[in-house]
Amino acid sequence: MTKLKPLPSLRGIAALSGIAMFAVLLLAVAPAVLSDHWLNNLGKYCCWAIAAVGIGLAWGRGGMLVMGQGVFFALGAYAMAMHLTLETAGDRVPGFMVLYDPLAPLPAFWEPFRSAGFTLAAIVVLPVVAAGILGYALFKRRVKGAYFAILTQALAVALATLISSTIRETGGDTGLSDFKFFFGFVLNDPANKVMVYLIAAALLIVCLLAVWQFYRSRFGELLVATRDAEERVRFLGYDPANIKLVAFVVSALMASIGGAMFVPIVGIITPAEIGAAASILMIAGVAFGGRASLFGPALGAMAVGWGQSSLGSTWPDGWTYILGLLFVVVILFLPSGLSSLPARFAAIRRRPAEQPTPPITAAELEEVRA
Amino acid sequence: MLTTNKRMRASVAIGAIGTTMALVLAGCGARAGDDTSTAGASAAASCVDTSGSTIKLGFLNSLTGGMAISEKTVSNVLHMAADEINTSGGILGKKIQYVQEDGATDWPTFAEKTEKLLTQDCVAAIFGGWTSSSRKAVKPVVEKLNGLFFYPVQYEGLESSPNIYYTGATTNQQIIPAMDFLASKGVKTLFLAGSDYVFPRTANAIIKLYAAKLGIKIVGEEYVPLDKDDWTSQVAKIVAAKPDFIFNTINGSSNVGFVKAYYDAGLTPAKTPIISVSIAEEEAPAMGHEVTGNYASWNYFQSLKTDTNPKFIQSWKAYPNSSGVTSDPMEAAYISLYLYKSLVEAAGSFDVNAVNAAAKSHTITFDAPEGKVTLDGKNHHISKPGHIGQINANNQFDIVWSSDKFIEPDPYLEAYDWFPADIRKQLVGAAG
Repeated sequence: MTKLKPLPSLRGIAALSGIAMFAVLLLAVAPAVLSDHWLNNLGKYCCWAIAAVGIGLAWGRGGMLVMGQGVFFALGAYAMAMHLTLETAGDRVPGFMVLYDPLAPLPAFWEPFRSAGFTLAAIVVLPVVAAGILGYALFKRRVKGAYFAILTQALAVALATLISSTIRETGGDTGLSDFKFFFGFVLNDPANKVMVYLIAAALLIVCLLAVWQFYRSRFGELLVATRDAEERVRFLGYDPANIKLVAFVVSALMASIGGAMFVPIVGIITPAEIGAAASILMIAGVAFGGRASLFGPALGAMAVGWGQSSLGSTWPDGWTYILGLLFVVVILFLPSGLSSLPARFAAIRRRPAEQPTPPITAAELEEVRA
Repeated sequence: MLTTNKRMRASVAIGAIGTTMALVLAGCGARAGDDTSTAGASAAASCVDTSGSTIKLGFLNSLTGGMAISEKTVSNVLHMAADEINTSGGILGKKIQYVQEDGATDWPTFAEKTEKLLTQDCVAAIFGGWTSSSRKAVKPVVEKLNGLFFYPVQYEGLESSPNIYYTGATTNQQIIPAMDFLASKGVKTLFLAGSDYVFPRTANAIIKLYAAKLGIKIVGEEYVPLDKDDWTSQVAKIVAAKPDFIFNTINGSSNVGFVKAYYDAGLTPAKTPIISVSIAEEEAPAMGHEVTGNYASWNYFQSLKTDTNPKFIQSWKAYPNSSGVTSDPMEAAYISLYLYKSLVEAAGSFDVNAVNAAAKSHTITFDAPEGKVTLDGKNHHISKPGHIGQINANNQFDIVWSSDKFIEPDPYLEAYDWFPADIRKQLVGAAG
């Protein structure tokens, strides 16, 4: 007995109206009902959610456990932070550099980030090039599974260590902060804070629309096929490496965009926000929400962010245990994440009426053979 | 399968998003050229409730993460000071009601919680922080929202904010006395060992400038990240350099690794003593090795003989969650709450601008355990005595050197001609 699939067009409409509803909630309802503080926090969760949408694409649909998205988050975040630092410093060398080596000039790699255009281009181009080279090298050599995960994680650790130890060039462990302007707008102005939030929320919606299109396209089908049976895809004449590369690059780009928006919203970026723990927390949110679904990664990341701000205040010691416990429970009992709950409930309710086909018994098998 | 129809729908949706973003950009607030003072004022509308019989204050300390070991003590002593003030009638007759937040040893969290305390909990002032990184994360937020932050730990100076009061030492009250002490001992060569972050880097930049003036030669400078504790190769360089003294600006548990490597390499306090600016009564027993004979530069020691110190030690020993040991950062945190009380009572108001005005127009003093400290209303630091202690067998400090009087705070080292004026000029009001 084959189950009838819902018509693709109907599913498309459902997803699109879901995104529209999400957009109305984020862009219209949230600014109207939330206080400045919680709106700013929501903006921060949106940045993690943007990165999470990319992880959903690479891990949920593509089967690549990207444990080092902090690397690409950092590329966007530090590009943005360098530009905002220079915008604030004007023609002076940023204050923190003067502290460590009073007479040295601005490091050469900072100079181009004075330009707003270069910065915006860098936020897009840097992660694409970095993920392109890394992905090409790894996927062509058929590096996958745990090896891929460990490698990406190690990169995040290495980058965080590098930033921590280059205190004069990057602000080190203290990070970059105290930004006064955002592309000519005064960051302290509450109206501009709302604007920055709305940009982050809108970018999240754009990313959701992009992956929705991906999932519906032939590429989306190929990506899932590669995840589930890479060898078969290869035998059909496709190169799985190229398919994975595209998904990996797109996910890196999304992480970079999330990182770039994180900086004006949170007002500070440090190596701790991009290192191993931060990268794993991004993965945790995605797993929690449901890695292969459209909304799961974004909602999961936002839920983890909310938990950190609000439960972290109530039980500073207990929050990490709660997160750990939730993570274990979800992985054990709900491997497809919280977003699979409605479908599960629906299945439980349908079961008595629908009577699934009983498994073929040995006796029946004998009958068929005879 | 995609049809043209669906493609269109998607592009309509993306177009709608684009339009929204354009509208957002058009309808926003002040630009860089505008008069920002009005924008700042509108953001600073205070929501502090002063109508009731209590006043809300925020305590922001890392209760989790790597700094929790130090900052929990600061949090506890703040609670003790609040209880003391409440028992003796409160501030302007209002009992302190405190909101404790966790900074989680994460600098963006410090920024987020500062904003929460000021805009959600509507506290009149915030007390806490330990690392310079945490203070640098809090600074832009309190400046933006016109809040008050009281910072209780010695730091690298070269900073002053109308929204921050510094009750720990600035460089001329801790680093410079330590260098004066070394010069008085006839030290000729010095090795700098520090954690790789803002305080040790800046402190060492200042030490190098002053050492040149004193004729002390710096024979090496090594850094290890805050969260790393393997000092073996760096200590090997110390052994090779044979310095008269080691200037230690290492912070936190990384000190344990440093002291271990120091003893493993055969260095001894008798031949190559260490002078530290982050090892106090609390940390000394945790070093895992005999640290007796090494030195520390602070403004307060438990062994200090003042009129007020015995009472402070006694109250702390009687307090629940107390380690029974007092230390400089704790004492500075204790001062910060009393200083705030004096400021508010001089101003007759909890309003930030009124408090800052009172700091300038009144002489604010407090009979602290370290002695009678006076607030400098212009730079928001306090006068402090400089002391050098030598660790004895009970992990207490024998005071071996003291400044002849209380040292006035001078965060930008304006009274010191060896500090280059052009650097000072670049730093005053610099970003970051």
